[in-house]
Amino acid sequence: MEQLIQQTAAGLANGAIYALLALALVMIFVSTDHINFAQGEMAMFSAYLTWQFIQWGANFWIALPLVMVLSFAIGVGIERSILRPLHNAPVLSVVVVFIGLLTIFHALAGGIWTHTIKAVPSPFPQVSFPGSGYIGAHQLGMIVVTIVMLFALFAFFRLTPLGLAMRAAAQNPASARLAGISVDWMLALGWGLAAAVGAVAGSMVAPAVYLEPNMMASILLYGFAGALVGGISSPGGAVAGGFIVGVLENLIAYFGNVIERATGLYIVGNGEKLTVALIIVITVLTLKPNGLFGHVTVKRV
Amino acid sequence: MATTTTTPVATADTASSSSFVWRYRYWLLLIVVPLLLIAAGKAGLISNFQFLQLSLMIVYAIAVLGLILLTGFNGQISLGHGAFFAVGAYTAAILIDQAGWPFWATLPAAALMCFIVGYLFGLPALRLEGHYLALATFALAVAVPQILKYRHIEPLTHGVMGINVFKSDPPFGLPLSTDQWMFLVVVAIAALMFWVARNLLDSRTGRALIAIRDHSMAASTMGVNVSHYKAAMFGISALYTGVAGALHGIIFEFVAPDSFRFELSIAILVGAVVGGIASLWGAVIGGIFVQVIEKYADAATKAISSAVHLPLELEPWLIYGIALIILMYTMPMGIAGGVAALLRRMKRS
Amino acid sequence: MRVHKLMLAGAGALAIALTANPVSAQKKYDDGASDTEIRIGNTNPYSGPASAYGQIGKAIEAYFKMVNDKGGINGRKVNFITYDDGYAPPKTVEMVRKLVEQDQVLFIFQTLGTPSNTAIHKYMNGKKVPQLFVATGASVWGKPQEFPWTMGWQPDYQTEGVIYAKHILANVKDAKIAVLMQNDDYGRDYFNGFKKGLGKDADKIVQVATYEVADPTVDSQIIALKNSGANAFFNITTPKFAAQAIKKAHEIGWKPAHYLNNVSSSVGAVMKPAGFEAGQGILTASYIKDPTDSQWDKDADMVAWNAFMDKYYPGGDKKSTFPAYAYAVSSTMAEVLKRAGDNLTRENVMKQAASLKGVEIPLLLPGIKINTSATDFYPIQSVRLARFKGETFELFGDILSGESE
Repeated sequence: MEQLIQQTAAGLANGAIYALLALALVMIFVSTDHINFAQGEMAMFSAYLTWQFIQWGANFWIALPLVMVLSFAIGVGIERSILRPLHNAPVLSVVVVFIGLLTIFHALAGGIWTHTIKAVPSPFPQVSFPGSGYIGAHQLGMIVVTIVMLFALFAFFRLTPLGLAMRAAAQNPASARLAGISVDWMLALGWGLAAAVGAVAGSMVAPAVYLEPNMMASILLYGFAGALVGGISSPGGAVAGGFIVGVLENLIAYFGNVIERATGLYIVGNGEKLTVALIIVITVLTLKPNGLFGHVTVKRV
Repeated sequence: MATTTTTPVATADTASSSSFVWRYRYWLLLIVVPLLLIAAGKAGLISNFQFLQLSLMIVYAIAVLGLILLTGFNGQISLGHGAFFAVGAYTAAILIDQAGWPFWATLPAAALMCFIVGYLFGLPALRLEGHYLALATFALAVAVPQILKYRHIEPLTHGVMGINVFKSDPPFGLPLSTDQWMFLVVVAIAALMFWVARNLLDSRTGRALIAIRDHSMAASTMGVNVSHYKAAMFGISALYTGVAGALHGIIFEFVAPDSFRFELSIAILVGAVVGGIASLWGAVIGGIFVQVIEKYADAATKAISSAVHLPLELEPWLIYGIALIILMYTMPMGIAGGVAALLRRMKRS
Repeated sequence: MRVHKLMLAGAGALAIALTANPVSAQKKYDDGASDTEIRIGNTNPYSGPASAYGQIGKAIEAYFKMVNDKGGINGRKVNFITYDDGYAPPKTVEMVRKLVEQDQVLFIFQTLGTPSNTAIHKYMNGKKVPQLFVATGASVWGKPQEFPWTMGWQPDYQTEGVIYAKHILANVKDAKIAVLMQNDDYGRDYFNGFKKGLGKDADKIVQVATYEVADPTVDSQIIALKNSGANAFFNITTPKFAAQAIKKAHEIGWKPAHYLNNVSSSVGAVMKPAGFEAGQGILTASYIKDPTDSQWDKDADMVAWNAFMDKYYPGGDKKSTFPAYAYAVSSTMAEVLKRAGDNLTRENVMKQAASLKGVEIPLLLPGIKINTSATDFYPIQSVRLARFKGETFELFGDILSGESE
């Protein structure tokens, strides 16, 4: 029983990692209708920036906002310079451009900071608290930050004029334009916000998994799965999806182990947990094609 | 051909023979060009290593063709074709390793196996569209290397250690090196598969497939059995890529889970889009691109690094990424699409 | 093509015979060697999931640059050609064939990774081109009868596994053993050696957990291992996961007798990121001096290595053991070439590599020497145990070796 709680807690902590990245994916999706495959590598690059500022003597909580601003600028810059000219290009061409961006960020990080792993200190005090036997301070911190981010974005989209304008531009660009909203800039803003959210994701993940250029490569798939299972158009759904995927994966390995101990028969273990988790995710999607919390879209012929 | 009926009797003979040549020009090219290349190989102008590279270009072209049939002509996106590539390679390797089959006999078996796997995967995938299908296929690409290591199938796959495949020397005492022989085999199979693909697309079935791509719902109201066509198309697409995988495994005489990581799926996708997603020529260009670009990116990087003294180390993939973006800028419909547009413009002017 | 070459060779031989002088008659060359140059081929994962190892290739390149600056080997410059294989076996095959057939290197040196080397194993031996000092500790590289052209370098994983097993049996009372291993050939090799070392006590292993290179963390595995009630822990992980495992075990208060594989015995790349406090008492086996270990600060080899890094590989990470490893293995290679003298045929290079007797190589731990013979293709077979204390690994006990069969 104790192990079950520990495994769930560890799953939630991993889930927070996926959820943060999923949140960044949703930001770009709601504003541009694209899934940005370079999101993970951009987050990794931002994490290196955070590490660099800390190396130069900054405190984590000073470095992070700085890097968020920087990443925001990079995101806006990429949209304005690289994606603008491709607004009318076929989807797959855009996907290939994302793959290009992914390799560029990956290669830049490797070239600048080498491939040796780097430790990023946890920004949370390493104190013991009730339940610290089950979950580390940093893991708990990640979960809290994820939820705070979610609420902040929720408030931004519901309560601020800029957030409302962004949603309008995404949902009905033509009417938004009539209402005097600069749709183009809203797209760039979406990219900037996604990059800033990604910077938080990367900087939170790095202390838990150590920083290296491959850090986000595998997490991207989980984030992708989390975003889709929760509903790619809803930030809340994406966060829930991230947590679901994280917990699911650990429980699969846990129950596989329990079965093996009880019956001596090996069915699933850590080697298969990703596969099984993905099968479950895809099964859910075939039953609920818009994700657990997504909106149903009506198609026209 | 229409010309023969209107040609005067006196010249009918020569005309029909030249029209014979014209009519079968592609097939003749397919026979003449490889034989010329082999002759060049015999004369020492083309090394065995270069034959290997040529074979690989063609193998990747077949793999890319599989994806083009699915995505370009049927509108279904796949980020996971490396998985079918792996299934084909392993089917061939296991049959050679465990059952002692000759390598050529494993190709139809790999084709059948991949068709079944693709069809079965295509059925649930029917309910998924766009991004969801992309995720499902991406997941497949990531999962397959892990499934290959699954404990209960290890006696077949040898798990992480991979399988050493032994391919036979050229038959009938042909005076060819192994690389030259494999090159001829690969050319023959590719010719067959491209021919089948072209006929498939020209047929009623092909038109139904394209109708599904363009207007899925409209096609279904017009009586096209959308789900049947889509699943079958997934199977055929997997078949193509799987045969390429089998050839790849046989050429390298070795398969291992590490050979088929998801980067392979990305490479196939990039090959299809850069080559030209809705064109059979796109597959050929895509195959060449997959085989060549990485090496040229590496070489270009080295040249730049030694020419200019940069404050940071350049990595080969940086150039690759930049190349992709530039290509998509200049030719969003792929190289085949770009060339076609250029030809059209030249004709008009 | 073959005929063509033979004719050329024949004509060349004739020309040499006609102009023969006593000096050039003694010089013998295969492809890739000449009066002025020795060409060496290599592949390394500069990209892909194992890109952290890429700095080994870069450090070797830097090493030979240093050798050339000092006048080369027996007056010949070394031309070290290295390509990226992305840790994908087919790409290794392709690049190695390019090196052998197009670049015409004398031999292949330090190709990295077990799957990659397995993929080219047959080719190299069929072509009779040496595949020297491969960068993997699998136990299949020392089989001169079957594969006379392939040789390993570092102590093999099985031997190391045996050593830990024996140490656990001798020192941990009522051992209940947990194992964390990477789910690939490398993990498997260590684990097999470990089981062999335990012998009939193999049932003392109470829990085995595996992880994939693509997993973000191994937290879940460590929790499961702790709950098995194990009091000894064999940690078969690469640096990133080793640091995670050490940190997580410490966080959840699991304090077994912790055996860390040599692959991750770096202070700078593992123990420091994991936190020194978390690593106290961890045991490992090593054969190479760790540059981040302060006990070697004044060591002559280490001073020379530091100077080398500053001048020839300034972009390299001095906290990592990889450049140190590269330096030692390159030194071994240079030594072999020096001994080969003017007889730079593939056969002689292989022969020289297989007749190293008690050779001392820079950066190997005191007392560890290189030994090979026509029947022994395992150059390094000894390690020393070390325990982590304060901020370094303290060596203790004798030099240990386990013969691998």
